[in-house]
Amino acid sequence: MMAYIIRRVLYAIPILIGVNIITFVLFFVVNSPDDMARLHLGVKRVTPEAIQSWKREHGYDKPLLYNAGRSGVAFLTDTIFFQNSVKLFSGDFGLSDSGRDIGYDISQRMWPSLAIAVPTLLVGLAINITLSLMLALFRATYLDFWGVVTAVVMMSISSLFYIIGGQFLLGKLLHLVPISGYDTGWSALKFLVLPVIIGVIGGIGSGVRWYRTLFLEEIGKDYVRTARAKGLGELRVMFGHVLRNALIPILTGVVVVLPLLFMGSLLIESFFGIPGLGSYTIDAINRQDFAIVRSMVFLGSVLYILGLILTDISYTLVDPRVRLS
Amino acid sequence: MTPVILSTDALLFLLLAGVAAFVWHARRHEHLRRPWRHVARSNIGMATAVILLAYVSLGVLDSMHFESRGGMASDDIISLFDVVASDLRERQEKTYSAPFSAWLYTKETLELPDGRVARGYPRLKWGGASLDDPLAERAADIARRALLGLLQALALSAVVYLPLAWSRGRRQRVAVPAMLRGFFIERRGETAWPAFNITLVALLLCGFVMASLAGEYHLFGTDKVGEDVFYQALKSIRTGLLIGTLTTLVMLPAALFLGILAGYFRGWVDDLVQYLYTTLSSIPGVLLIAAAILMLQVYMSEHAEEFNSLVQRADLRLLFLCVILGITSWTTLCRLLRGETLKLRELEYVQAAQAFGVRGLTIISRHILPNTMHIVLISIVLDFSGLVLAEAVLAYVNIGVDPTMNSWGNMINSARLELAREPIVWWSLAAAFVFMFVLVLAANLFADVVRDAFDPRLGRGRG
Repeated sequence: MMAYIIRRVLYAIPILIGVNIITFVLFFVVNSPDDMARLHLGVKRVTPEAIQSWKREHGYDKPLLYNAGRSGVAFLTDTIFFQNSVKLFSGDFGLSDSGRDIGYDISQRMWPSLAIAVPTLLVGLAINITLSLMLALFRATYLDFWGVVTAVVMMSISSLFYIIGGQFLLGKLLHLVPISGYDTGWSALKFLVLPVIIGVIGGIGSGVRWYRTLFLEEIGKDYVRTARAKGLGELRVMFGHVLRNALIPILTGVVVVLPLLFMGSLLIESFFGIPGLGSYTIDAINRQDFAIVRSMVFLGSVLYILGLILTDISYTLVDPRVRLS
Repeated sequence: MTPVILSTDALLFLLLAGVAAFVWHARRHEHLRRPWRHVARSNIGMATAVILLAYVSLGVLDSMHFESRGGMASDDIISLFDVVASDLRERQEKTYSAPFSAWLYTKETLELPDGRVARGYPRLKWGGASLDDPLAERAADIARRALLGLLQALALSAVVYLPLAWSRGRRQRVAVPAMLRGFFIERRGETAWPAFNITLVALLLCGFVMASLAGEYHLFGTDKVGEDVFYQALKSIRTGLLIGTLTTLVMLPAALFLGILAGYFRGWVDDLVQYLYTTLSSIPGVLLIAAAILMLQVYMSEHAEEFNSLVQRADLRLLFLCVILGITSWTTLCRLLRGETLKLRELEYVQAAQAFGVRGLTIISRHILPNTMHIVLISIVLDFSGLVLAEAVLAYVNIGVDPTMNSWGNMINSARLELAREPIVWWSLAAAFVFMFVLVLAANLFADVVRDAFDPRLGRGRG
């Protein structure tokens, strides 16, 4: 087990290097440091000296991928790519192009993101499992049919409409909750209600439909027939056998997204003005702050790989039949 | 009138040609026709197919571009659809107006006939312009026009279906009413023609009523600069369709090639391909798209002289968006194909071919590629609706299609500010919602039917 985890972690390193190369090429080859300097300095103050000093300040005054002026190891190490990558791998995100410490920003903005993502995930999971179990219990009836129809209809509505509609209905017409904003401490609670509700509702359609197929798949298996044959009631079969076995794929599906919760939801956060990582990223995109976007890409990839490893581990914990090798 | 083929047009026509070639090929092969017969047996499948076909034909019509006056200015590239809907396109009002309204939505200083000056809502230039006293006549006029459209649609359906019923009925010795019953109510044979015909007639009714009303009114109102929202929503169909289909299409060759190669040759090829798609899929999709679109913007602003026309510029951005969306989504397909190939290469007929000394590439193209096609098809159909929805989200983050291009995402994006107005402007949002919802719902339902028909695990022969 331990050896397996170590192997997976080691396997993650070349992937992260690959991610780094891709983002680096995307950011720097099309858009050279000179262009970036011009973009940030504005049209008026562009002089060759100003560009040089901006590049020196932000650490962009080296060759991009290889340094033809140096030999040996320094041929590769004395470059922007190497310097930036080493910093990223050691967890130092550096300064954003507007001069703020990205690592500090991330550690501050992580909490609002989590405050929305965790309740959304938990409440959504509870509601989705309850509803889909109900549909599976009443399978092949009108309730099931119309339930699935509703789920497909809900799936077909863009999440933008849920957000706009929810904000309009609860915030503007009924004045139940503030439309957007955030606060520190417990007073943040009233700002969190609406985003969580909308996040949950937006996920019901696809979630219920998917979980229902998982339940129906389990119902068709032999052990369920055995359970019925020995005279168990429908409810006992559903809760004692089907639910427990169907939870394996459901839980492992959840584990994949667990680390990504930190990243927050791009849409919900920026619609509701919540200072989380999602709105941080969107702001960075709109301000064309490449340093922040690169850091978030790196962070996202690390978390994704972490999620994959956690999934494998959770399989062995939940399902004794699976052995890692 | 010189035709202009934009890059996305070319790809769309290529796709249509591919579909036509496949249909021609599949007609002669029983094993290819069988799953489609399963689709045709399903009521939902046939009904949604009609709706999707209607969207596709509008999209294709909107993809046949030409230069209208041979000028160099960008606005001169228009499509066949623009010609058909030239009324809608040219009827520009001053600013917002509500659906079916005959007045502007904002008050202005008006000069009354007797020379006095007052604040009031001015009449629209086009909407309800033929009415003398809109307050009294408007409701009756709307009803009259709607009825007219209804009658036209019914007449057209009668012209199509009555002769069909008569000629078919004579051959099969069935009376016309019974034949019509077979068209619309009872299904005869396997194919779900009633669902097809009912949806078609319903669609015709909707279309004719809307066209008849749009001749006089702004069906979904007008937007901030006075453009007809109904026209915008119709133009957005092409954008939605292109994003939904081209995205999967542009990366399909790579996914097929790499996936099958990895599954068939295994070893270091497999390791390399797996490394490639794990790396790509571990980058958060939105961020990759954002980064790529930012790059494109910077590139375009620095090489502005290469893009002399707004339309071509928007088109290039759309294509680029498709490619980037494709890069973020082909990994799933590649993984599925690799898994399927791993399974297929152990089957007896592949082993037999190997024993006979058939070359690897021949085995792949003869035995493996055709047997992975159902996965490709299912994933194209399943991805479609998600991509249409994704377009709207990306437009919100400003990394979607070009802001000058008509798309549902851009309509929703601009509607955010309109909702904050007092009184609110809701029709842009409503129009985008209706058109998008119908397309995505139809696509979702159709995808389910196609998956049921093609997925061998689900077992055929049902329904």
